[in-house]
Amino acid sequence: MKEIFVRLDRCMGCRSCQVACAVEHSASKSLFAAIGETPLPRYRIYTERAGDQNIPLTCRHCDPSPCLDACIAGSIYRDDQGAVRRKKEQCVGCWTCIMVCPYGVVGREEERSIAYKCDRCHDRDLPACVEACPTRALVYAEAAEFGAEVRKFVAGVVVEAVSK
Amino acid sequence: MLTQKELQKRTMTEDGQLMLREAYRGQIETIWDRFETQAPHCGFGELGTCCRNCMQGPCRIDPFGEGATLGACGASADTIVARNLGRAIAAGTAAHSGHAKHLAHTLLKSAEGKAPDYPIRDEAKLKAVAQRLGISGDGKSTEELARDVAHAALADFSEKETPVAWAATNVTQGRIETFMKHGVVPTGIDSAISEIMHQTAYGVDADPVNLLLGGVKCALADFAGCHMGTDLADILFGTPKPTASTANLGVLKSDAVNIALHGHNPVLSDVIAQVANELDEEAKNAGAPAGINLVGICCTGNEVLMRHGIPSATHSVSQELAVLTGAVDVMVVDYQCIMPSLSTLAECNHTKLITTMPIAKIPGASHIEFSEEKARDTAKEIIRQGIEAFKSRDPKEVNIPPQQSTVLAGFSTEAIISALSLVDKDDPLKPLIDNIVNGNIQGVCLFAGCNNVRVTQDSNFVTMAKELAKENVLLLATGCGAGAMARHGLLTSEATDKYAGDGLKAVFTAVGEAAGLDGPLPLVLHMGSCVDNVRASDVAVAVADKLEVDLDKLPVVASAPEPTTEKAIAIGTWAVAAGLPTHVGVVPPVLGGAAVANVLTDEIKGIFGGYFIVETDPVSAAGKLLEAIKERRKGLGI
Repeated sequence: MKEIFVRLDRCMGCRSCQVACAVEHSASKSLFAAIGETPLPRYRIYTERAGDQNIPLTCRHCDPSPCLDACIAGSIYRDDQGAVRRKKEQCVGCWTCIMVCPYGVVGREEERSIAYKCDRCHDRDLPACVEACPTRALVYAEAAEFGAEVRKFVAGVVVEAVSK
Repeated sequence: MLTQKELQKRTMTEDGQLMLREAYRGQIETIWDRFETQAPHCGFGELGTCCRNCMQGPCRIDPFGEGATLGACGASADTIVARNLGRAIAAGTAAHSGHAKHLAHTLLKSAEGKAPDYPIRDEAKLKAVAQRLGISGDGKSTEELARDVAHAALADFSEKETPVAWAATNVTQGRIETFMKHGVVPTGIDSAISEIMHQTAYGVDADPVNLLLGGVKCALADFAGCHMGTDLADILFGTPKPTASTANLGVLKSDAVNIALHGHNPVLSDVIAQVANELDEEAKNAGAPAGINLVGICCTGNEVLMRHGIPSATHSVSQELAVLTGAVDVMVVDYQCIMPSLSTLAECNHTKLITTMPIAKIPGASHIEFSEEKARDTAKEIIRQGIEAFKSRDPKEVNIPPQQSTVLAGFSTEAIISALSLVDKDDPLKPLIDNIVNGNIQGVCLFAGCNNVRVTQDSNFVTMAKELAKENVLLLATGCGAGAMARHGLLTSEATDKYAGDGLKAVFTAVGEAAGLDGPLPLVLHMGSCVDNVRASDVAVAVADKLEVDLDKLPVVASAPEPTTEKAIAIGTWAVAAGLPTHVGVVPPVLGGAAVANVLTDEIKGIFGGYFIVETDPVSAAGKLLEAIKERRKGLGI
């Protein structure tokens, strides 16, 4: 099961992921048209800054998932790909999901009084945010693959240090 | 492997598709590949809402309203968009007027006897320009008059207490009044560039509309720079007359030393065109039986096509493909629109890339500094480098696509008036005006601007030209737009027969036959390089003056279907200020400022009469331009 991972040293804070996410979740799927839609499309990934580090934060699709467990309306569910998603017609706007999300990545759309969150672009091969990232800070991979890449990198660093 | 469909999406030229397939085979990267690695593009940049004008930024406005709505200083999206647009216009103006300034210095050196390779070739034009500027020619020699015109040109750059002469003397009285009313008359070309840079600097102007008017003022300085460029080039090198030639990569010859002239200014390229024949024997002795073969790329290619009938190899986005043929021995460049990637491509084979201007050097290229004092010698040195390079050309690596289109170019304002005067000697504009009034010609569309890698090369130009021609719209073209028309055979009488509506065909046949063309005028009239857009405005001004109406009433429109450069933004802005509905076929970076976008596409009509039409679909764009033409005709009661 693939996840959206972040290479923490890579994010330049350009917010391209946010823009791409909002466009992907618009009616028109075109930036120029999306900025004129009502309601405005929302992004579900947020570039935060802590110290001198930028960190794009989005749903981790936790398992077990606090928001799914807390959803009193049965709106939030896990799909067959393992993504935690939301049926908007069932959302009652109680915002419990927002209260329990440890990452703060569930949003509230006021116009329709519904919660929204990352759906991992279930109808795309590659999530829009990952595709948009100019520095490849966002990676869409199996956890094992991501770990292997990290180990490969660290191994290179270690070997270089040792051979000095 | 790139599929045929992918190739066709990149360019609609067959020679281009052939070369791109070769590039793919050789794993050679071109602009289309690099463009893909840039995608997806930064949304803030595309919307124009990224401000880099101070070191507290960059600041970006969230187009979805959740994040920042103001920059750190408090600048709104509209302020940022208007500032960025103003700075783009400044850059475009600097480029066009830099080209003109170079010519003004050359003219002065010519007049002072310091540049013997630059005699005054068109005295009639010199006198006409002097008269327009109010410079008396009484008792003056040609050189004295040229010196006075050159001084007037150089004076137009700095801050004066009077309007820029090249702007004020080349528009209708009505335009001057409109420009004065809105405070957009520039009093110096360089000072207008400087002023908009000041106006858009940190903590200066925050009013989007005032910023846009500042941009218009600078764009009018661009108009002056363009007009000066055209005028002075005509004086020094001759005013173009209709001339037959060819286009597409097939103009390169396997049995000749091929020298590609690339860039914008005729100061260098025209001299190379003048001396090339003298070195034919040297080329033949080096093993090239066909001698020296000059070909043009981009607007310097247009300059030498217009005046010497030198074929156009290619333009704009496909410039790299000329090098990929392996048949170009030297590509010599001056400035503007020259891709830095050319030097890497040149390294793939024997091609020598030569830069010539102190402000335009490219890592990996050879630099031969050009000076007007030693123009012919330098031109010969460059050609000889081509002959040397030819000796190391590997014939097995040569791959020249066979495609060639015939071209009739050289339609300067003077050439058009002279063709019309064959129909009516005493009143040359009458046949044009009569046919606009009777509807044989519905209106006029000027195609200008570049190719853009975002658009399938040439597709917007060709589609729109065919759409408008069948509706009897007279088509003019300049710059890389004219190149697009050339590549697809639209600068020919055959194209008129094939694509023009009946009214347009009848008029073009009558004029063509009177001019002894043995057929109608070409479907699209090639008026020259990108500075030569002013030739089209001169025709429009003459018609407006004769009809005693202002430009914003005429059924004249402009289109840049595939624009790329900041120069195109400057030209588009002065076209709007001149009163023309002006189409752009690529979304400019302004949509992030809703109020600015609304001013540019709508409200500005109430100020200048012209306005921008943003439409990426060429058929719809042609429809919108036709609608604008019909609205104007209705306004005139015709």
